[in-house]
Amino acid sequence: MEKFVRIEHVGQTFVTPRGAFVALHDVNLTVAPGEFISLIGHSGCGKSTLLNLVAGLTRPTTGVLLCAEREITGPGPDRAVVFQNHSLLPWLTCFQNVHLAVQRVFGAKENKAQLAERTRAALELVGLAYAQGKLPGEISGGMKQRVGIARALAIEPQVLLMDEPFGALDALTRAHLQDELLKIVAATRSTVVMVTHDVDEAVLLSDRIVMLTNGPAATIGEILTVPLARPRDRVALSGDTTYLACRSAVVDFLHRRYSNPAQGATPAVASLATT
Amino acid sequence: MMSTTVIAADSPRIAAWRIWMESALRAAIGPVAGFALFVLVWQAIAMSVPEIPTPGVTWDAARVLFADPFYDNGPNDQGIGWNVLASLRRVGIGFGLAAVVGIPTGFVMGRYAAANAMFSPLVSLLRPVSPLAWLPLGLLLFKGADLAAIWAIFICSIWPMVINTAAGVARVPQDYLNVARVLSLSEWQVMSKVLLPSVLPHILTGVRLSIGMAWLVIVAAEMLTGGTGIGFWLWDEWNNLKVEHIVVAIFVIGVVGLLLEVALVRLARHFAYREE
Repeated sequence: MEKFVRIEHVGQTFVTPRGAFVALHDVNLTVAPGEFISLIGHSGCGKSTLLNLVAGLTRPTTGVLLCAEREITGPGPDRAVVFQNHSLLPWLTCFQNVHLAVQRVFGAKENKAQLAERTRAALELVGLAYAQGKLPGEISGGMKQRVGIARALAIEPQVLLMDEPFGALDALTRAHLQDELLKIVAATRSTVVMVTHDVDEAVLLSDRIVMLTNGPAATIGEILTVPLARPRDRVALSGDTTYLACRSAVVDFLHRRYSNPAQGATPAVASLATT
Repeated sequence: MMSTTVIAADSPRIAAWRIWMESALRAAIGPVAGFALFVLVWQAIAMSVPEIPTPGVTWDAARVLFADPFYDNGPNDQGIGWNVLASLRRVGIGFGLAAVVGIPTGFVMGRYAAANAMFSPLVSLLRPVSPLAWLPLGLLLFKGADLAAIWAIFICSIWPMVINTAAGVARVPQDYLNVARVLSLSEWQVMSKVLLPSVLPHILTGVRLSIGMAWLVIVAAEMLTGGTGIGFWLWDEWNNLKVEHIVVAIFVIGVVGLLLEVALVRLARHFAYREE
């Protein structure tokens, strides 16, 4: 199978005033076309760092990243990003926000009517055609995130990168948007890499779940294939044995083998040893 | 019993109008009381210090002045209207030039750390200097009172615009810039669609502070340079010992400054955007 995104021996070291900080160490991953990959791990494990590397917003210290067999040397519209906090430009309407992206990618080849039609179709896809004239400040958080998804999908990227896209939303809105995303991804056959810290979200949406070890020097600890057939239905899956097995595998990885560093299990032992 | 029947007879439109009137009355009561107190204190001072004109005398003088504000009896005897316009013209030119230089300078300082490192200490050093200290240099350079006053306005109004524009550009959220990078927007589009709209409220804050400062400075500058202008006129009336005219000038300066401020606040509100 064609390897769409290849991450080879990638490491990322940040220079801080207190010395070098190794965020990622020797990360290797390949993503197939049409695959939905989740990156999951505790806060500070470098999952967003990895996503930014694929987006090209930052450059790796070591190793190489490729998209469609071309080295990723910077950000580009072939790898659209849905940001955690939607990042809509607040002085543009929903339509204008999407249109800005559409015009950048298709402006050279298509006329004004076609560009407007693309913009409208993208908003239609996320069910927001009726709100196209509204400013981001006038719509809810869930709607803003949908416009962000529309903007990313409108430019027909090779890979859709999502950085905790539903992290800032309430549970019900999040579930609703996850269902919508499932439908959109099925309809557009998008390749998706999504960062999340929500186990259910990862299992419900992903073909494979990439679990990262705790930082510093985080790397891929385990990759779980989710063998659930699509289309997936959250209600039907809630009692499904395969679903529950996948879920408990991820929970086991996150909470037993790599327990939350913030909860301080290891430091407590260390302080006992010193006293 | 009578009053209830009267209210019941009111149509909804009249009732709404009554509510509007009442809230307008309530909003006016504070300022009116403040001014009344001010006039009383003024009257008391004028009665104990005979050199200070009473409110009544000042009012009469103002009515005479404003009966013909645009007379012109040669360069040293013009109506108060011409003098205000002369001051506004100098503020306009000096401020306009300062905007043309200051806003792009602020943009460069905010966008490039090297430029900020170069210019920021200079700005910090020069900003606290009274613009009047630059007036002799202006006279020396431009050999004219009018240009020297414009020069002083230029100097005093450039700093708030440089500083606020630079702060605004430096504070453009990284998210917006990341959007621009992911979409690979052209430098022109980054400027026009992302940076400028994001920074515009900061620029307008700078403009507002600049205009306020310029209007403060012009009065002092014109007292020194002479010729025309409300500052010159005020000083001229002091030489003529027409103290009531000085008081009128103070009010005129205040009203014009207030109008400038209100106009710019309106403008700023038009370009403000809601974050989140």
